[in-house]
Amino acid sequence: MEARPLRLPLSAADVLALRAGDACLLSGPMLTARDAAHRRLVDTLHAGRPLPVALTDATVYYTGPTPARPGMVIGAAGPTTAGRLDPYTPALLAAGARALIGKGARGPAVSAALQQCRAVYFAAIGGAGAYLRTCIRTCTVAAYADLGTEAIYCLTVVNFPVIVAHDAHGGSVYAAPAAARASS
Amino acid sequence: MKTVHTDQIRATVAALLEDACINLPADVEVALRAARECETQPRARHILEVVLENAAMARRDRVPLCQDTGVTNVFVELGAEVCIVGGLLDDAINDGIREGTRQGYLRCSIVNDPLRRVNTGDNAPGVLVVQPVAGTTLRITVCPKGAGCENMSRVSMLSPADGRDGVTQFVLDTISKGGANPCPPVMVGIGLGGDFAQAPLLAKKALLRTIGARNPDPLYAEYEMELLTAINALGLGPQALGGLTTALDVFIETAPCHIASLPVAVCLNCHATRHTTATL
Repeated sequence: MEARPLRLPLSAADVLALRAGDACLLSGPMLTARDAAHRRLVDTLHAGRPLPVALTDATVYYTGPTPARPGMVIGAAGPTTAGRLDPYTPALLAAGARALIGKGARGPAVSAALQQCRAVYFAAIGGAGAYLRTCIRTCTVAAYADLGTEAIYCLTVVNFPVIVAHDAHGGSVYAAPAAARASS
Repeated sequence: MKTVHTDQIRATVAALLEDACINLPADVEVALRAARECETQPRARHILEVVLENAAMARRDRVPLCQDTGVTNVFVELGAEVCIVGGLLDDAINDGIREGTRQGYLRCSIVNDPLRRVNTGDNAPGVLVVQPVAGTTLRITVCPKGAGCENMSRVSMLSPADGRDGVTQFVLDTISKGGANPCPPVMVGIGLGGDFAQAPLLAKKALLRTIGARNPDPLYAEYEMELLTAINALGLGPQALGGLTTALDVFIETAPCHIASLPVAVCLNCHATRHTTATL
């Protein structure tokens, strides 16, 4: 598969050039956040308080890694189901997040917010946490350390493989009818 | 009467849990290789190649196959002539889960309460199912179950008039609605009959079978193959990005049920299907 290398953080122009189905290799910094961290971030935004991490142009990876064995940067770190985070996503995009990484389709409100905010949702391969781990070169806690695996970690990745799942133009890799997908 | 100490149960559960999370079972690996050869689309083939490479890396690096090391489901066949000493069975099993989680660098994925949601910090408790059997057997199966596939599992109280067609429709709906979330290609466990509580348990137990092991009743063996063909004809494919392999196998378990009921449960398992067994 021909994959396009992309340097993080992405700009609006970078995002607008992407189309659903494009394979990409991401390199640069990203933040992790899953259910509990999303809840806290959105509660903080609603309360009008400052966020503990900068979301402007950020890439947010939905993952909760396993602990690193001694001498390792991180344990298994594949994507979790993105649809669970749909209720929080428009707020995170409005706060500046530019790219999201998870697995599975998003709802119409997220698709609309991606178009409005010129942002992109990538899918990584679910269940490939031992493989994706090898693309992660650094891992530090950025916020909410008390949440353990659900804390926000700052990762540096090199050639992290993803597919554009929902683009900034309303396109979705999941949208085609099943029969068409099977024969395409 | 055979005597088994809880220390032995604890150590066995710990070792089984670590092994299950890291090592993909041989039957699943063989099925994934066969699926890769069948797929014609480059993307589907590529995904299955990555999934197989993931299994090799997990084994090499002693890292879990998936970061979601799951809720630890433990199935115990407990012989009538087995006497457990040293404490309670469920305490020994939960201690084993704690020990295996620490030793294996597994994720702590359990919260203490569904609404308070504070992580227990030790990955316990698990879910324990004890089945009484004859003799001196003590057989423990550990099956860590990730939430991606568990959340896409469903149960329905169909009417007897819905019959086999109704069951087929419910199974196909469940797979379609799940999309990419349960990480296809999936294993499909189906519980038919029993009641509202028993059908999901049958579905979960069905997932403990080895790929290719058919229901001994020819009616259900044939139905398993029919459903597998129908599921793969949906075209979702690996990660629901298109392809021929949406499911690797379908397993049906049945139980008698009420004259007015046709309970059906579909329990999905991801391609990183994990289970290990030991007999003490």
